[in-house]
Amino acid sequence: MSAVADHVHGHGHAHDHHGGYRGVMRWITTTNHKDIGTLYLWFSFVMFMVGGVMALVIRAELFSPGLQVVDPDFFNQMTTMHGLIMVFGAIMPAFVGFANWQIPMMIGAPDMAFARLNNWSFWLLPFAALLLILSFFVPGGAPGVGWTLYAPLTVQMGIGMDLTIFAIHILGMSSILGSINIITTILNMRAPGMTLMKMPLFCWTWLITAYLLVAAMPVLAGAVTMTLTDRHFGTTFFNAAGGGDPVLYQHIFWFFGHPEVYIIALPAFGVISQVIPAFSRKPLFGYASMVYATAAIAILSFIVWAHHMYTVGMPVTGQLFFMYATTLIAVPTGVKVFNWVATMWRGSLTFETPMLFAIGFLFLFTMGGFTGLVLSLVPIDIQLHDTYYVVAHFHYVMVAGALFAAFAGVYFWLPKWTGRMYDETLGKWHFWLSMIFFNITFFVQHFLGLAGMPRRIPDYPLMFETWNKISSIGAFGFGLSQLLFLYIVLKAIRSGEKAPEKPWEGADSLEWTHLPTPAPYHSFETAPVLK
Amino acid sequence: MAQGATTPHERQAHYWVPAPMPWPIMGSIALFLMALGAVFVFNSLRAGWVSLAAGSMLLLYMMFRWFGDVIRESEGGRYGRWEDVSFRWGMSWFIFSEVMFFAAFFGALFYVRVLSVPDLASITHREMLWPGFEGHWPSAGPAFEEKFTPMAAWGIPAINTLLLLSSGVTVTIAHWALKENRRGMLNLFLLLTILLGVVFLGLQVYEYGHAYAELNLKLSTGAYGSTFFMLTGFHGFHVTVGVIMLTVILLRCLAGHFRPDHHFAFEGVAWYWHFVDVVWLGLFVFVYWL
Repeated sequence: MSAVADHVHGHGHAHDHHGGYRGVMRWITTTNHKDIGTLYLWFSFVMFMVGGVMALVIRAELFSPGLQVVDPDFFNQMTTMHGLIMVFGAIMPAFVGFANWQIPMMIGAPDMAFARLNNWSFWLLPFAALLLILSFFVPGGAPGVGWTLYAPLTVQMGIGMDLTIFAIHILGMSSILGSINIITTILNMRAPGMTLMKMPLFCWTWLITAYLLVAAMPVLAGAVTMTLTDRHFGTTFFNAAGGGDPVLYQHIFWFFGHPEVYIIALPAFGVISQVIPAFSRKPLFGYASMVYATAAIAILSFIVWAHHMYTVGMPVTGQLFFMYATTLIAVPTGVKVFNWVATMWRGSLTFETPMLFAIGFLFLFTMGGFTGLVLSLVPIDIQLHDTYYVVAHFHYVMVAGALFAAFAGVYFWLPKWTGRMYDETLGKWHFWLSMIFFNITFFVQHFLGLAGMPRRIPDYPLMFETWNKISSIGAFGFGLSQLLFLYIVLKAIRSGEKAPEKPWEGADSLEWTHLPTPAPYHSFETAPVLK
Repeated sequence: MAQGATTPHERQAHYWVPAPMPWPIMGSIALFLMALGAVFVFNSLRAGWVSLAAGSMLLLYMMFRWFGDVIRESEGGRYGRWEDVSFRWGMSWFIFSEVMFFAAFFGALFYVRVLSVPDLASITHREMLWPGFEGHWPSAGPAFEEKFTPMAAWGIPAINTLLLLSSGVTVTIAHWALKENRRGMLNLFLLLTILLGVVFLGLQVYEYGHAYAELNLKLSTGAYGSTFFMLTGFHGFHVTVGVIMLTVILLRCLAGHFRPDHHFAFEGVAWYWHFVDVVWLGLFVFVYWL
């Protein structure tokens, strides 16, 4: 063992699984990609619960017109923090957790390329989350500006805004360091014979996602840094009186924000591209085209940002450019959807829980894509901008897209991770409850948006009451269904049936074909022999 | 010695997976304390300085120990060709992320110069809001009353350009000397690089003083002051970091570290230095000159 381990602990020797650290210190100091993946996944679940409770506060307030549960200021804090926590605390770390667990096993690597940096990437997150949560307890409370943190509201907010800005900086650091690690691992740690075009598609989607993160997260850091100096040091980046422009903030933010959408979506595509072939017992249809489509989406994502800003007073030429560029994204995304469907075509299908979630994803994500196309059209978007139609659209992509894919991934790989099977009946219950309540919550929000209900308001006219009531009932149902998910996972870990070596007949990536179940603490210390 | 295979594609049997260590969590706690302290200080709560200072010291200690471990491992022969390639990818992508960080501020500069300032001087705004605003760059915006003088390009900034470009040459000579195993020359040219960097920083500090005292050019001088100080300040911070890294490398050279065929720490810092250099050229052209 290294000189490092020797001086911190006398028993730190190579045969020791955890390098000499025990108990909670094992998790704090670990350099093992599986430990770190587990940390990411549990952290993300905790944040999912925190952000979920905030969503339920929002839905409770919107159950009836008028103000019943919270005051408008706190309502704004809830919508802001719900968005920030779900995006940066729940969905992104969940997929980094998958990346940590799966990428080294899928490419035949002994671990991530930078194992200690990997530890830091994770352990930055809880402290950033702490800063975010702390903002509720300072004078003025958490920022109530929306997760997009638009100037000039952000310039006027209280201390909570500063805490949020630094939280974003630290979250960004975590993402950038984690992404550099993932890129390096994929480019440099593949087993001999594992060429790029033989990698499981999950690795490809993460390679491209990590590139997007390295390119986009620093831009967000720049945007919030300018907000910080506008707040405290007299700069006027976002103040027209000094020659700046609040719209400048929106441009910079969405230059980050649109790639961010794909940062969330691409790893989900990756998981789905592993699950659907496994339960169709067929190789992924059009593998190469999937890779190219992923790359095309990534490139296009950097030239469509202003479709979030059609109503700010852009020249028509600008609107047209961003509209055409945006509709172009439907092409590679369509390639993916058709490939998934073609993979299932004449496959020998079975419908275990991972496959159910994958098909649910396919169906609902495609709907979210269609509403995205609707919103990409300038004349329609001017009507629908900042209405519940937009809320419905991005929840179809984020929840039914990213979250359902994450569920599919957990059910799919849980046997490999823990060596135990989940309860199939309960898993199916979880799927159907999630599927039904999700649609009760969000499908009706399309109607609300089309009827003109704006987002981010705590009160509304009577005419919107029926659909809001239904949506709130659905939201509480969806939230409670996720407790079932927690129960299923805990039950599998504690008392699940022992998983067979290869529980999924059609799964063919290295973690299934070359490693025992459960995967050993250290895998592929020497490279596997590949044909 | 775990020296690796002779070609990058020929694999070593084992990749170096390091043991658990407490430094990452210490870094997180340090950043947390620093963030908390900075928030308090920005909002006029003096207690923040304590947290800020404690966090900064903890961060320095953490870096000292973490880098110390890595240096010991490197000199102990833990890193072969395979690990070396990882370091190269890692540093390249890190520099790319820094490029994107600067891109945000350059984007802001181009936006105010090309779009927002001319737009504020357009006929609608001039009639309705700010009569008489001309919108010529350099501008501090329509509501800025005081007079200020923009920073001229061909004085100190031009000298600074020469200094940084020369330092790019000296660091390259030092690298060449390292590869030829001419240690005296290596140390000399590394020292020269550091001195050029330090003189650059000194002139930059002088320029800021000059701007505040004589040109009435401040961070709060509208769009021009904001972009000028944000871009040059952020760059100056990077030069400072670069100088510190070069100094560490010099101390390591004096301690006899690095071999002609094994010195990625040197190269990584040299890459970083060239990156800082290139960003400066962008600054010189778009902030000072045009």
